[in-house]
Amino acid sequence: MLRLFSVFLFCVMSFNTSVAMSEVQENSALPALIKQLPTSKLKQMGPLIDQIAATSEPQVGAILQTLMKGDLYYLKSNKQVVSAHKNAQKEYRLTDILNAEVLPALKKSAIKKIRTNNRLRKQIRDILANLDLTDQDPAVRLSAVKQLLDNPNQVGIHSVNALFKGEQDEQVRELMSVILLIDQLETGSTAEKLAATTQLSDRLESVVKNAFVKQLALLPESPENLPLREALSKAIGNIEQQASVYKLVEHLFFGLSLGSVLLLAAIGLTITFGVMGVINMAHGEMMMLGAYTTYVIQQTFPNLIEYSLLMAVPAAFLVSGFVGILIERGVIRFLKGRPLETLLATFGISLILQQLVRTIFSPLNRQVEAPQWMSGSLEINPMLAFTYNRLYIILFALMVFFSLLMILKKTSLGLHVRAVSQNRDMARALSIKSSWVDAITFGLGSGIAGVAGVALSQLTNVGPNLGQAYIIDSFLVVVFGGVGSLWGTLVAALTMGTFNKFLEPSMGPVLANIIVLVGLVLFIQKRPKGLFPQKGRAAE
Amino acid sequence: MKLKKLIVASSIVVTGVMTNFAYAADNIKVGVLHSLSGTMAISETTLKDTVLMMIEEQNEKGGLLGKKIEAVVVDPASNWPLFAEKGRELLAKEKVDVIFGSWTSVSRKSVLPVLEELNGLMFYPVQYEGEESSKNVFYTGAAPNQQAIPAVDYLMNDIGATRFVLLGTDYVYPRTTNKILKAYLAIKGVKAEDIMVNYTPFGHSDWQNIVADVKRFGSQGKQTAVISTINGDANIPFYKELGNQGISAEDIPVIAFSVGEEELSGFDTKPLVGHLAAWNYFQSVETEENEAFIARWKKYIGDDKRVTNDPMEATYIGFKMWVKAVEKAGTTDVDAVEQAMIGIAIPNLTGGIAVMNANHHLSKPVLIGEIQEDGQFEVVWETPGTVMGDAWSDFLPSSKDLVSDWTAPIKCGNFNVKTAKCSGQKF
Repeated sequence: MLRLFSVFLFCVMSFNTSVAMSEVQENSALPALIKQLPTSKLKQMGPLIDQIAATSEPQVGAILQTLMKGDLYYLKSNKQVVSAHKNAQKEYRLTDILNAEVLPALKKSAIKKIRTNNRLRKQIRDILANLDLTDQDPAVRLSAVKQLLDNPNQVGIHSVNALFKGEQDEQVRELMSVILLIDQLETGSTAEKLAATTQLSDRLESVVKNAFVKQLALLPESPENLPLREALSKAIGNIEQQASVYKLVEHLFFGLSLGSVLLLAAIGLTITFGVMGVINMAHGEMMMLGAYTTYVIQQTFPNLIEYSLLMAVPAAFLVSGFVGILIERGVIRFLKGRPLETLLATFGISLILQQLVRTIFSPLNRQVEAPQWMSGSLEINPMLAFTYNRLYIILFALMVFFSLLMILKKTSLGLHVRAVSQNRDMARALSIKSSWVDAITFGLGSGIAGVAGVALSQLTNVGPNLGQAYIIDSFLVVVFGGVGSLWGTLVAALTMGTFNKFLEPSMGPVLANIIVLVGLVLFIQKRPKGLFPQKGRAAE
Repeated sequence: MKLKKLIVASSIVVTGVMTNFAYAADNIKVGVLHSLSGTMAISETTLKDTVLMMIEEQNEKGGLLGKKIEAVVVDPASNWPLFAEKGRELLAKEKVDVIFGSWTSVSRKSVLPVLEELNGLMFYPVQYEGEESSKNVFYTGAAPNQQAIPAVDYLMNDIGATRFVLLGTDYVYPRTTNKILKAYLAIKGVKAEDIMVNYTPFGHSDWQNIVADVKRFGSQGKQTAVISTINGDANIPFYKELGNQGISAEDIPVIAFSVGEEELSGFDTKPLVGHLAAWNYFQSVETEENEAFIARWKKYIGDDKRVTNDPMEATYIGFKMWVKAVEKAGTTDVDAVEQAMIGIAIPNLTGGIAVMNANHHLSKPVLIGEIQEDGQFEVVWETPGTVMGDAWSDFLPSSKDLVSDWTAPIKCGNFNVKTAKCSGQKF
């Protein structure tokens, strides 16, 4: 069966490239074609690749794969085409692409890469997808079918036609039927088109909608076409309606994700500013230190990138927390009750920390890599996908929030912190060491800022200015939420994020920011103590 | 006591002799007006070092007109008005013969009136938006028709793009470039609904919405491409978001005008591989001149990992041309050198010859490269010959009749060919 199919495939392909086939009579055509690779210009490569694919030799898949990956080279001396991989000695291990003969390793200067561009790689991907349709592994078949769905071509559609009946995997079968239905919609009779339209009307893939729109535009307005036209416009309307719902969900997700970043940035400040009443302008730099800690961890353990973030979280907490305690012990405690001086002093500290980082790590941005599990997105359906990094950061922000809540509500440290912040003198009278509590609280707030920095290193640039970008927003969130209220910070951060993201598409990022700010000012006019004002005597 | 006196006396004598010697030698002074601190320091410090390296090289060859070249470095600190002040200092106080400097368009516009007032001479080495030609400035970076227009041609002819997203940072260069591109795309028959434009502030980091919009815009069944004039820092989160939302360079390629080797050296390049950039120079181009230049640069800077980039080549060409023009004129007098400059030819680092035209812009080749995993570019397309830089875009209604020609008899930076008049505006 498979053999029969490959013969069939061969015929179809040769039909497609009949001009090329007139020269390629036998199986031995492949070496001659491969020989042309080094001398071909990019423009001539397209037809050449088609010819190579048309030979249907067993090596074709591997050769094209190597070419697509950019591992196909040729020797400058004799134009022999080889696959090359860098080895530990910075030389290239070479293997002849046709007979798999291993050649002596050479320096980079002796070989030259066979160039491809995006268009060629796409072409190769399509060809490989067609070959993969018969693969044993359902996952490979699935990605091949997806590729074919996005870039339909005759060869592929013919193979799908032949393979559809024998396909076992549910998902692959479903997508195959979509491919065939779209083909039917485009080439079938009016009745077939109508049937295809009704069957496809609940598909969310963008190709389906595009096919509908294209058909509707092509269809002449005559009475016999009326039912089809109506079906098409109804299907398009249906898809568009669903699309607008998913767009809304998507915006909500974007808003929550921006909100969770704001939450992470602000939550440490809620403690230092909200609970202790210290205006800490160096809060942003604590985040920066956290981000740089991630960088240092990745540099120290280059083989453990996948786990680097997990290691960085406690490390960043300790580093930033330690620096926070130093700042509290060294500067802030001498300025107690003098907010203006504290503000200026901490601003000075923030400049010192920035310059320190510039001196140690250079003023250039540092490269923090994203682990594999933070890349890509979770596809809910063809219209809705959530990126993993944002998803994890939302979860992480909530985790940090609730652990902090637990610390403040359930531990003796939290009890002391609350006692000192509510009535310092009374707390001292009850034998709580208020200066010690101050230092620990400041350290805790700073440590959480450091943890936020780890998350930020995955979203933005790790450079000396990282902190400055977030300090204003953090203060806004804390003020909006109500000074000292953790729940207020949570609600404020998520509200601001969501508002921003809903306004952004219609007004652009700058205007959206301005409107959120103006709204905030008006809100504060009405409720000067924010969303969740502290009650009781402590608030006065 | 005696010893101290002796030291003081001898140091006075030595200083006196040295100053005398310096005056006697009557050095040629080259001003360097690049920011060494502030936001632009990252990019501009490299160019300062390039000028210093070129001066060192020239002095090793025996200087210029039998004199030594001496660099006067000032720091305008990424502060645009300070460019005018420091420019004035270079021209009026230091009496430099030529200035190499400036990166952003706003800093160039800031120093321009000073150059024209004091009749100075400046070489500007960065790709820019055009719509300017001053008698006192030579533009060795690319004009829009040497970068943006060929890039669009490449996207249309080689990628087959019919829908375009123009993303840019919100300032003068992206706005003017996009205005030109929109006019050019309209001429090429691209409908207004097939063009999406978006501007973001400097350092924008939350690209979720915009990338999702690009994805939606690109899923309408037509090949879509992004033309990016996004500047600096904002690029990393942008490309990261593209990668995470599953947009590959094969689906929607991004061609960037502000992303070069230097910018890539701080990036995690994985999400960028396969995306494009248009420049007149790439470090990866293999020519003898380029290899010598790279080797010299690495040796001068003492770091094997440092890269070279397009504005460095522009500085290199500018400096070589100035040296040649001074030799041709036999003097460093600004007016004489300005006239001698026109027609001067210098080999490009990427092969071919760069020629200075009468409009103070260069003719040079345009290259399009794909980003590789090691942060280098691989050339996938190049213009068959050189492209002549056009000061005034032919695609904007306000400037299509304007030409710049600094040779007799026109001698005007914005000559209107329809009315045959020079508008009198100097820049």
